Amino acid sequence: MKIFIYPTNSLILSDLVARFGHEPLAIMQEISKKIKTGGLDSPPLNITPEDPKFGLKYAAVEVPSGVRGRMSLFDPLLTQAGAAIIVRDPVISFGCMGCARTNELVNFLIRAKKIPMLELDYPVSEEDAREFVFRISEFLKSLKPAEEKE
Amino acid sequence: MTDTVTKMAVINSTKVLPSDVIIKLYESNADVTIKETCFGVIVSGERKAVDELLSTARKMDPYGIFIKERGFAPGDVIRCRATRRGGARPGFHTLETEDKILPHIAQALKALDKGEVPEKKKQKKKLDIEKFKQIIEEAEVSE
Repeated sequence: MKIFIYPTNSLILSDLVARFGHEPLAIMQEISKKIKTGGLDSPPLNITPEDPKFGLKYAAVEVPSGVRGRMSLFDPLLTQAGAAIIVRDPVISFGCMGCARTNELVNFLIRAKKIPMLELDYPVSEEDAREFVFRISEFLKSLKPAEEKE
Repeated sequence: MTDTVTKMAVINSTKVLPSDVIIKLYESNADVTIKETCFGVIVSGERKAVDELLSTARKMDPYGIFIKERGFAPGDVIRCRATRRGGARPGFHTLETEDKILPHIAQALKALDKGEVPEKKKQKKKLDIEKFKQIIEEAEVSE
């Protein structure tokens, strides 16, 4: 099953989901598609003026184009998600993960989708980590396994 | 069009170094691009080849090698620090933050494979407002 992860660029979540036999839906794969498209229109991420228009699906036209542009990247992930693993208030969502408003919107949309969801906190000790990994493994075991990629 | 992918393996191991993994990857003679970095290795190539190669490499230390996909190929001029006049590349801070937790995750994975079930932690309850008022009153009296 395709699992949406949040933070969407998380190494730990991406690794654990793949380890337990599912497919992580991470932002990296969308960025990869963008930059591999022939003819680089708008480096570095190849976000063109067309992208904020796709974002209109989620946010009104008055919403900053940054949010709408980001939403165009998140759209395929949200659409494909069969389940989700969310880490509550990750510190890193303030930095590289960028826009707080986009993150709030993504969290809202994934909850509104009513798919199986697991909410956790980042572990700070070994005990926390044991519970973190155990809960993820139990959650993923309860879902259908991922299909093999050709 | 072939399905090319770039994956990074972050090494947080006490017995394996990025250079050991690199040698293992070169041994395979697969048609992929490999780059050794401070945190581990980046491998780019056809999805099937990259997945097979990294799953073999992970066997060197299953609990010490963590893998995730990466958008940019190794040495991509858009992302490479050499052409961006230095500074941390976007995504570095996420990696740095998570790298600190990796030893705990490794121990947790080991425990999980042994079949250990962690004890459920007690949920911390929020402080009741009446109790909080009482604490304030007591503090005022003691002054």
